[in-house]
Amino acid sequence: MENAASQQKTSYDHPDAIDIIRDIVLETGRSKEALIAVLKNVADRFGYISNVAVQEISRQTSISAAEIFSVATFYRMLPTTQRGRHVIEFCESLPCHVVGGRELYRALLDQLGVQPGETSPDGRFTLLTTSCLGVCEVGPVLSIDDNIHGNLTAESLPDILARYE
Amino acid sequence: MKQYRSMVLISNGDSSQSKGSEAVIDAFHQAIEKYDLTSEVYLTTIPDSGSPKSQPLVIVYPEAVAYGPVSAEKVDFLVSEHLYKGRVAESLKVSDPFEIKRISWLVQRTGTIPAENRIVLEYVGVIDPTSINDFLTHDGGQAFATAMEMEPQRIIDIIKKSGLRGRGGAGFPTGIKWQAVRDAPGNKKYVICNADESEPGTFKDRVILEGNPFSMIEAMLIAGYACGADEGYIYIRGEYHDALEKITNAIIAAREFGVLGKNILNTGFDFDIHVHSGAGAYICGEETALLESIEGKRGEPRQKPPYPTTYGLWGKPTLINNVETLGNIPPIIQNGAEWFRAQGTPSSPGTKVYTILGNVNKTGLMEVPMGITLREVIGIYGKGMKSSAFKFAQTGGSSGSIIPAILQDTPMDFDSYRNVGVSLGSGALLICDDSNCIVDCVRVLMRFFQVESCGKCVPCRIGTEQALEIMTAITQGRGTMDHLAQLEWLRKGMEDFSNCGLGQTAGTPIKNMLDHFRAEVEAHIKLGVCPAGVCEMGG
Repeated sequence: MENAASQQKTSYDHPDAIDIIRDIVLETGRSKEALIAVLKNVADRFGYISNVAVQEISRQTSISAAEIFSVATFYRMLPTTQRGRHVIEFCESLPCHVVGGRELYRALLDQLGVQPGETSPDGRFTLLTTSCLGVCEVGPVLSIDDNIHGNLTAESLPDILARYE
Repeated sequence: MKQYRSMVLISNGDSSQSKGSEAVIDAFHQAIEKYDLTSEVYLTTIPDSGSPKSQPLVIVYPEAVAYGPVSAEKVDFLVSEHLYKGRVAESLKVSDPFEIKRISWLVQRTGTIPAENRIVLEYVGVIDPTSINDFLTHDGGQAFATAMEMEPQRIIDIIKKSGLRGRGGAGFPTGIKWQAVRDAPGNKKYVICNADESEPGTFKDRVILEGNPFSMIEAMLIAGYACGADEGYIYIRGEYHDALEKITNAIIAAREFGVLGKNILNTGFDFDIHVHSGAGAYICGEETALLESIEGKRGEPRQKPPYPTTYGLWGKPTLINNVETLGNIPPIIQNGAEWFRAQGTPSSPGTKVYTILGNVNKTGLMEVPMGITLREVIGIYGKGMKSSAFKFAQTGGSSGSIIPAILQDTPMDFDSYRNVGVSLGSGALLICDDSNCIVDCVRVLMRFFQVESCGKCVPCRIGTEQALEIMTAITQGRGTMDHLAQLEWLRKGMEDFSNCGLGQTAGTPIKNMLDHFRAEVEAHIKLGVCPAGVCEMGG
């Protein structure tokens, strides 16, 4: 699981970026039904869904750019702005909150020096809060990229953050 | 699917241990073996109950009789009398009137055995979830084979008779839903498995999908055959990577085996299943929002009626059932409605899968009959509170509510809970001790609703926002008594005028808080103190 974290995202400056987007659409499907899967795959590959991507998907699927944008902005897993190299999602729901999440959140803000929604100046971390990650039995929980870290304390946090450069 | 005749609880906390409870437990194991009762009696330990005077305390269900103090020498007699011959050992019963009063809650507990009884989870952790052959050698597929020999209407009659109610939170009778889809006009119908489990604290559906993905396929096949549908969708939460992989591979294996696709096993019945992965939106667990999402749109709930049973996916009649509900289908078809009704309570038959979380010693998943109580859950499965006293439990996101300690002896089933103004929710049992502040917790819940409100209708969008602002103000020491009236007004407005279940129930925590913890809230406002010492109160 840890390996998935270091998977490099492709930049939209890549000379073949448009071709890559087109291929994703062709592989995933051009119907409206496939739109969310297309957007997810684009976000996975590039880290977020840019304007360029929305325009290209629109050309390939004949769905208007406005509609694509409205769908993308509805879902948490379809980001439309660039994020840091690693995305931290902190679970702020009650099951984590009552077993130490409250204290952990303060420690996290202290150690990162950013507020939720912000990216650290070196582009290393983006901090987001989320509703529930579905692994409440090991709360408090946060995920970094696609890796879940559970049973966290303020003391164990620095070691975990250090794994992500 | 083990059903025990009796259940024995032995107190085994520090105090009981100092009085020899461990020897008592050993003696019980020996005696149960001696009388050949291992398959009939479920033995477990609980934290110290009663006072030291009656410890080690032994409670026997379903008669709900308490014995104590029990010494190791008397165990043989007790087992022989009560468990073997079936008569209460009067001489060993707790006799001190003061002690009897302390365990008076037991009186209401005659009947259901609070033992684990795995129906939905039977093969979870037993079979290899990547092997269809392993599934088949564990009776997998038997229910589908049985169903295919029945008339579709007969299947629906069995489900109706079983009294199965939806396990996603609302408790709607499953058979009636199936009938509505079957009776809806049209040739094209769909079956959808709702695996967008996003209620904070609930992860039962994930465990079922990861542990036995084939049982979902089997249940959807039965549903498709009974309702006249030839296509199914599993809408799975975007965060559940492992479950997604398991179910996708299970579908591929089922297609290769010939139980998904055209003319299944030469019966003329066609059925195939697609998987749709969610993209991170709590509201998509709402059935009409889920439909919109599968269609590739924003997951905004539709206006109801028409209900999905007549106007669902792409306008076609659609059956939408929760993972756990579907998990009950194959055992019911295999064992019959009577067998199912023999468990749980008359109005809510069967078992319920709960996730137990929070300030207890042991967290995790359990499947127990409907009708056991919170006190039992905490004692038997949570192994007691971790450090301080039980204050309240929260039963999942929007469909749940806050259960104060005074309701911990209420049987947990749909109707008993409704009668006391709370709800069972989706099966999360977040146990909170008195180090938690109710105002702080309700603020966190309101924050959840404010974030997850889809924004389509005004009462929910504005209501959750304003309620969060007020709750935040109270935790910061800026609360006024007018705020409480406003909260009540917002709650009522959201309940009456919101479009879907999220907005309609978003105010439930507020109602529970004001009903049961008003003094604690007013302490924040009138005295400027947080009794639990959690809120910052502007300091």
